[in-house]
Parts: sequence; C-alpha cells; structure tokens
Amino acid sequence: MVVVDDLNIVYKVYGSGGDRGSAATVLLRALGRKTRGNIREVHAIRGISFIAYRGDAIGVIGRNGSGKSTLLRAIAGLLPPEAGNVYTTGGASLLGVNAALLDDLTGERNVVLGCLAMGMTKQEARAKFQSIVEFSGVGDFINLPMKTYSSGMGSRLRFAIAAAKHHEVLLIDEALATGDAEFRVRSHNRINELRAAAGTVFLVAHNLEEVELTCNRVIWMDRGQIVMQGDDVIGIVDKYIDASGGIPVERDPVTGKRLHRAVGGES
Amino acid sequence: MSDPKVPLPTLLSGGDDPGAVRIAGPGQLQAGVAVMSPDLASEPLGDYALRHGLRPSAERPPVFTYLGELWRRRHFILAFATARNIAMYTEAKLGQIWQVLTPLLNAGVYFLIFGLLVPINRGIPNYLAFLVTGVFVFNFTQRCFISTSSVVTESLPLIRALQFPRAALPLAYVMIELEQMALAMAVLVVIVLATGEPVTWYWLLVIPALLLQTIFNIGIGLFAARLGAQVNDFSQLLPFLMRTWLYLSGVLFSIQNLGLIKNSFLASHQWVVPVLQVNPAAVYITLVRNAIMATERLSAPGSRPYDAAKCSVWQDAVRHGANLPASQQYDSAYCAASAHVTILHFWYFGIGWAALALVVGFFFFWRAETRYGRG
Repeated sequence: MVVVDDLNIVYKVYGSGGDRGSAATVLLRALGRKTRGNIREVHAIRGISFIAYRGDAIGVIGRNGSGKSTLLRAIAGLLPPEAGNVYTTGGASLLGVNAALLDDLTGERNVVLGCLAMGMTKQEARAKFQSIVEFSGVGDFINLPMKTYSSGMGSRLRFAIAAAKHHEVLLIDEALATGDAEFRVRSHNRINELRAAAGTVFLVAHNLEEVELTCNRVIWMDRGQIVMQGDDVIGIVDKYIDASGGIPVERDPVTGKRLHRAVGGES
Repeated sequence: MSDPKVPLPTLLSGGDDPGAVRIAGPGQLQAGVAVMSPDLASEPLGDYALRHGLRPSAERPPVFTYLGELWRRRHFILAFATARNIAMYTEAKLGQIWQVLTPLLNAGVYFLIFGLLVPINRGIPNYLAFLVTGVFVFNFTQRCFISTSSVVTESLPLIRALQFPRAALPLAYVMIELEQMALAMAVLVVIVLATGEPVTWYWLLVIPALLLQTIFNIGIGLFAARLGAQVNDFSQLLPFLMRTWLYLSGVLFSIQNLGLIKNSFLASHQWVVPVLQVNPAAVYITLVRNAIMATERLSAPGSRPYDAAKCSVWQDAVRHGANLPASQQYDSAYCAASAHVTILHFWYFGIGWAALALVVGFFFFWRAETRYGRG
C-alpha cells in the first residue's frame, strides 16, 4: 500500500551556468564574491496525492519529463520530498532500464547476490536459483558476465531476480520495455501474482497496450501533476492518445480490447 | 503545504461511483475530481497512512532495526566481497595470482630502494622487515579508505534496485581488503623469516592486532563511504591525505628513534613524539612489528633499564650514520629515561581507536542512509 500525500519534489541544479568547475568560478566562490553558482530549481512533482491499495497495479503514463520516473523514485525513498510525503508499507523496490546490478559479474553471481541482498538466507537463494534462471530465459548466458548481455536479456534477469521475492511495493520503470513478447507474457503473469499476494505494483511504460493489459488503474501525469487518474484504464489511455495527437485505437466495443496490434508505443 | 486542514481531494480509484472520477486539461492543479473513501472523509492523508501502519518512504530505520537487517545480510556481505574480488582480477591474465604478486612486488621495490640503494636504517636493527611490515599494515588501512570512498558511486544501480542496509557495501569492501591482507601477511611472514627473525609465541599477537585494525578500518570505511558519496572533491583530496598520513605514521622510519636523535626536530619538540606514536596507523603498525619482530621488542626504548652511557654511544652512532657493532645494535633499549609509551599503551590505543572509529563511522554513515540512492 502506498499513500502519496501532496507530494512536491524539487531538484536543485547547481551551477547550471556551465562554468561550475572553472578555476575562476571556484576562486570567486572561495572569496565569497559569488554564491554557489546559480542554483536552478526544477519543480518536478507539484502536489500529487493518491492512495494505492494492496493488489493495485497502477500504470503511470505521460510525456517524457512529466515526472513519472521522479514519482517512482520518490516512492522508493530515493528522493527527499520538498513538501508533502510518501508513505509505504515496507521497502519499495525500483527496477529501472539501466539498473544493471553488477556488470562485471556473471549472471549466476548476480542472481545469488540479488537474493542475498533482498534478505534471503543462503538456502532460500539456492532454492530460488533455478526458477529465477528459468524465468529470465537467458539460458547459457547465465555463466557469462552481465556486461555481455543484450539490454533485453539484462532486464529480463533483473526482473526475474526482483520478482523472486514478494514485494510490498514493486516499482517498474520501463524495465520490461526491452523484453520480447514471450517475456512480456511471463512478466505480466508475475505482476498478477504479486498483486494477488497483496503487493502494489507501479508500472511506467510508454507501451500503452502493456499498461492496458497489466494495470487496473492508471495515472496520467503532465508537468508534475496528475491530469487524470482512475480505474477506467482504457478510457484514460484513449484520452491520453487523443491529447498527444496520436491515431485513436480501434477497440472492440464490448471488451475494449484492441482490434489491431499496435507496434511499439504510441507516444 | 504538507498538512492540509481539510481532507485533500484524494484521487482515489472510482470504485462504486465511476461517474465521479473525471477530467481536466494538462497543467491544472489536482485535476480530476476525487472520490472520497468513506473512512478518509474526516482525516488528512498523512494520519490515514500512519493509522494503517505505513511509514514515510524516505525515513531512516532505527539503529537496532538497522543493525538487525545488517546481520541478516552477513552472507550477502561475504558473497559480495568474494564476487568483487574475483571480478577485480578476471580482466588480468594472471588472475588472482596478482593478489600475492602485488604485495611481493611492493616488497621488492622497497628492498631495492631502502635495502640496497639507500640504506638509511637510523638505528633500526632489522630495517627491511621493519619497513615491509610497516608498508603492508599501512596499505591495509589505506586500501580500505580509498576503496570504500567510491563504494556508493560504484554500487548505485544495486542501491537503487534493491532494498538492503547500505552499510553492507563498505563492510564488504573492507572484507575484500581483509582477504588481500591475509595473503599479504603470508608474504610478510616469509620475508620476516628470511631476514632472520625467530618464530615465537609473540607471533600469535598478530591476530588480535589485525582484528583491531580491521574494526578500525570498518569504522573509517563507513566514514569514507559517506564522504565519498556526498563530497565529490573528496576523491581528489584522498591521495594527498593518505601520503601525508603515511609519512606521519612511522612507516619508513621509527618515530621513537627520531625523538632520541640529538638535534633533530622531534628531539627538541618531545611532545610531538607521543602524538605521532598514538595515531591509529602508527599504533597498528607498532603492534604488528612487536608481534613478529624480536629485534623490535629487544630494541624498544624502555625494554632495558635506563643507561645514559650506553644510550649516548648509540645516539652518536646513529646521528653520524656510523655502523654499530652487532653488540650495540639494540642499545636504543637503554634510552628511556622517563615515562614513555610502552607496548601496553599501544594495545590500549589500538582498542580505543577501533571502538571510536566503529561507533563514529557507523553513526555517520547511518544518518545519511536514505540519501545514498540519489546520486
């Protein structure tokens, strides 16, 4: 369960003038003639409130720079709120695109280390090992360093490791985007399992069909605020597509399912 | 801003009243009209969250919970250390042989320079063993300090992806260095034996000495990990700091002997001698030297009753760089006229520094626990 209470996140960017490291700037700063460069504030999240219940899978959609990833990082406790607060049950785990675990280690070691880091005992880690490797589908590559993996394989293994444990809150930031169709089906099923076990899942994805298939609620963000949100996933997705000038999706009037398979994301 | 007096228009999922959830254009604050959950109508969201047992996500865990979590991660710490150790050498052709080769090469360089080219023993009976012991023991602390200062930056993806007490990372790095140190000790034993030092029961004292040093290193490792994560300039300053510390810690010379040499700076500023002697690096170096080098134990000032005449002969010889006959090489032992730092004091300081560093380092690191993932 996650409660986001009037959350505001402000990034402070120091010395956006671009001459931060130059000797003259440092000297002036040291002499007290100049304060720490020009601090620019970026108000990334502007007063968002919502409650995510156990068993919710919430899709977060919006343009680039609308604050989706920032919201997830704030829920994970990686960013301090400027005002307001985020409340969670237990720790939230964030899976991002470039979240390589330990690049120069083999997949095998990454699996074991990941399990142990999540607080499993050695026996538990050993017991889970086979199922994680099977789930990830990386096959023989498990014995090679992770830096030799394709981005898709890397994200599959990371997801497999993270999904091996029950998470109160799992945050997925485009981490499934590079997986192939087969992996999407698996991860979709795994997310449903986590939801059934009373976990809360957040999914940031530009592939809107994935959101439609996986999520029971959707939050549409723009410029750090919520434009729309609710459990009419298809309705909100359609309005978002409409607002971004995309071609409307043809849907089955009864089930709301897409009539033709969209290729890639709409945005 | 964070403490609304009226309940917020909470944007809950529509639930039983789907018609109530609806729209506004981009950029409008809190667009969309909320459906109030029945039990939310009268209380702010924060209270609601706390009432349901939720905690602020950026909140630091209490100390004992944290220590408990850390203890649960002990296998992770060891596995992480082993894995990193292996990864570190996979690129090199000679692989893990480097773990032994590095200290050997180090010792070789020092032997070449200080053993053959510039014999500046300054009244130390077994200078080569003295030097190599000092270098190896100091290296242990130095490597811990340098490697932990970048642990947070290096492990950022891991920190962001998984929840675990971050102190596990600097701890693992110190474990890596401990393993490295164990191999270096094996090399050291061979060198010390080769220089003619006898094997005695005193050698067992190496174990508590290195244990204390490891605890001390964990403390400064935690300290360096936070500094390195938050102050980018720290890594630029570090090599300079470490070199200064090396020169002040009596690795290349004996602090005590310098204080005995007439007309030297330390002789005229006697108070500096104990200050340098009790600095943590010097303490652990002295403890290890005393454990494995009989020549150190025999020549330590104060190990014989004060004898002005014998001491004076020794002082003059050392000052003029003259070679002492074998019978007089240990005569610095006669030089302690008054109160001085004895080996027992070194043990007290070794325990004290270890405890102090561990407590201060832990709290310093723990206080920033929720900030390490930001990068």
